[in-house]
Amino acid sequence: MESKSAGFICPIPIEQYPNVLLAHGGGGKLTQQLIERMFMPAFSNSMLASRHDGATFDLPSQKLAFTTDSYVVRPLFFPGGDIGALAVNGTVNDLAMCGAQPLYLSVGFILEEGLPMDTLWKVVQSMSKAAAEAGVQLVTGDTKVVDRGKGDGIFINTAGVGVVNSANPIAPGRVAPGDVIVLSGDIGRHGIAIMAMREGLEFESTIMSDCAPLAAVVMDVLAAGTEVHCMRDLTRGGLASALVEIAEASRLHLEIEEAAIPLTENVRGACEILGFDPLYVANEGRYITFVPAAETERALGRMRTHPVAAEAAVIGRVKEGSPGLVTMRSRIGASRVVDMLSGEQLPRIC
Amino acid sequence: MKFIDEYRDERTAQLYSRALSRIVTRPWTIMEVCGGQTHSIVKFGIDELLPSAVTLVHGPGCPVCVTPLELIEKAIELASMQNVIFCSFGDMLRVPGESKDLLSVKAAGGDVRILYSPLDALKIATENPEREVVFFAVGFETTAPANAMAVYQAKRQGIRNFSILVSHVLVPPAMEAILSFPDTKVQGFLAAGHVCAVMGYVEYEPIADKYKVPIVVTGFEPLDILQGIYMCVRQLEEGRAKVENQYSRSVRKEGNLPARKIISEIFRVVPRKWRGVGEIPQSGLGLQEAYAEFDAELRFGVAGRTIDEPAECISGLILQGLKKPHECSAFGTRCTPEHPLGATMVSSEGACAAYYHYRRRNN
Repeated sequence: MESKSAGFICPIPIEQYPNVLLAHGGGGKLTQQLIERMFMPAFSNSMLASRHDGATFDLPSQKLAFTTDSYVVRPLFFPGGDIGALAVNGTVNDLAMCGAQPLYLSVGFILEEGLPMDTLWKVVQSMSKAAAEAGVQLVTGDTKVVDRGKGDGIFINTAGVGVVNSANPIAPGRVAPGDVIVLSGDIGRHGIAIMAMREGLEFESTIMSDCAPLAAVVMDVLAAGTEVHCMRDLTRGGLASALVEIAEASRLHLEIEEAAIPLTENVRGACEILGFDPLYVANEGRYITFVPAAETERALGRMRTHPVAAEAAVIGRVKEGSPGLVTMRSRIGASRVVDMLSGEQLPRIC
Repeated sequence: MKFIDEYRDERTAQLYSRALSRIVTRPWTIMEVCGGQTHSIVKFGIDELLPSAVTLVHGPGCPVCVTPLELIEKAIELASMQNVIFCSFGDMLRVPGESKDLLSVKAAGGDVRILYSPLDALKIATENPEREVVFFAVGFETTAPANAMAVYQAKRQGIRNFSILVSHVLVPPAMEAILSFPDTKVQGFLAAGHVCAVMGYVEYEPIADKYKVPIVVTGFEPLDILQGIYMCVRQLEEGRAKVENQYSRSVRKEGNLPARKIISEIFRVVPRKWRGVGEIPQSGLGLQEAYAEFDAELRFGVAGRTIDEPAECISGLILQGLKKPHECSAFGTRCTPEHPLGATMVSSEGACAAYYHYRRRNN
């Protein structure tokens, strides 16, 4: 087995296989070659090197968190990230939201026949980098290749295991009246970055996705002894959907303040032009956390020491009555319901 | 953010709210015509700042909502054709036809694409010369210039595989229709600012005179709407019925002359069915004779189809301002944005969807 460290040049010689073939997922020699030359060097670790059917490992805690997510983003590469970084960070962040230190990830690739090998290499490199940043190892995986036209380049599934050290559970059920709602930073950048790429929209400066791992900031807040009742990372449905999910699960009333929600001028402008509500635009590196009011300063203080949460802000409070409802005080001082979207946000006519 | 924050200032909003309370002496009912204004009103909670004597009713100014069922069905039929690339603005895709919407056609394999500009459809037509590209030309006077430009360019460039399914509607005839209903409650109008930015507001003067209603051309930001309401109530209290322009930063009396020119080059005024309202004479746009070759209804032979509206939905009464969304027995139960019975529940600009998203309380 070759154990050369992963370089920046695709290790599968382009003259040999410039594109993914069905045989790369067939379980034969080409699959072996893909694993040995591309995945092993990039994700290098002892469990992967054991070449077993699965990974075996000891855990430092009895309590585990386990999650999975699939990634089908188009375009594969966008300002501020790519499908590889998303696939690692998304699962890392889901574990972190359970209060778990992410440790091990599995990776399932579904590749489309004809995918340039170089593209796969870039994605794998990005996954390797994201895993190193988040402090996780990619310890087991699988590759399948589907006929040309039956996939969209690359689909990735990752599953992850993490260990939970905090004694108290972190879950919607622990949210209590009086808790404050802290948002870790500005919203909507991932969704607008992707939209701008897809539609060829240009802004004065490029809007970068917020794609980032959140485990470090979350672990730091917990390590400081902060009492955290619940956390939720913001994904496709945006801030609004995360809030509605928590309101419904906790049977409490969440009230937020529109003017308190961090939003860059770029994203705000893009949303105004496209007729989008930034509350429903996708994020990949932001989360909300529910803490008792007395813990606000400690939580904010720890969060703001991390670049991914430098702009953390209190955006609202938890109240009794109206169970399952999210309301927002608008910029002009009136109140309205914040609902979940029925489907995808569609651009308005005028 | 410049040009946004100054129109969403809480203190100024409160000033308008108090000023309104000072001049109101009796109940008034004002209709905001445009769906964009309805959306703003419920999104920002503008009506919560009004004195209880002032009632807003939500007009028929959502192009998605008023597109008649038979045109939706024609769109679905065209989009299902093997050789057609069907292009549309995004929010038309979820409007229910008799049994499905355009999103289901897409899911079933139809080539349905969301565009931001009709000119993009021309580009697609040039890139796919072997296929037919149909653009769903929906909207009020606001989208008409760009749609007209697409047809103009198609003719000029000899792009033969492009056509449009026309569903254009006009605001002033709808306002007249509403004022002609025997039960109408509307005493004043906020006219749609963006429509007037294109068309100007001369054509509203005869309506104000004939029906003795004040008409205030109004913008879309919270302070625009509050100021528009203030100007309208002041006229009502003073017994005046004139056309006034609140949205002077965008609207000139004569409108946008090049935009009007291209509209009249490509389109002519025709009778048009409005979903929930019925046919209104001289209330729509159709292609001029000279551009008939770009008419998708003629090209694909679907011009003759007619379909009656279902009886259960009261969107007609809502669009006329006779009922509020929550006064419908199906609202929020049998009729939701996931399963809309009628078009006003579909578009985010539709009065029912706006109420559902921003007003529904758990009680």
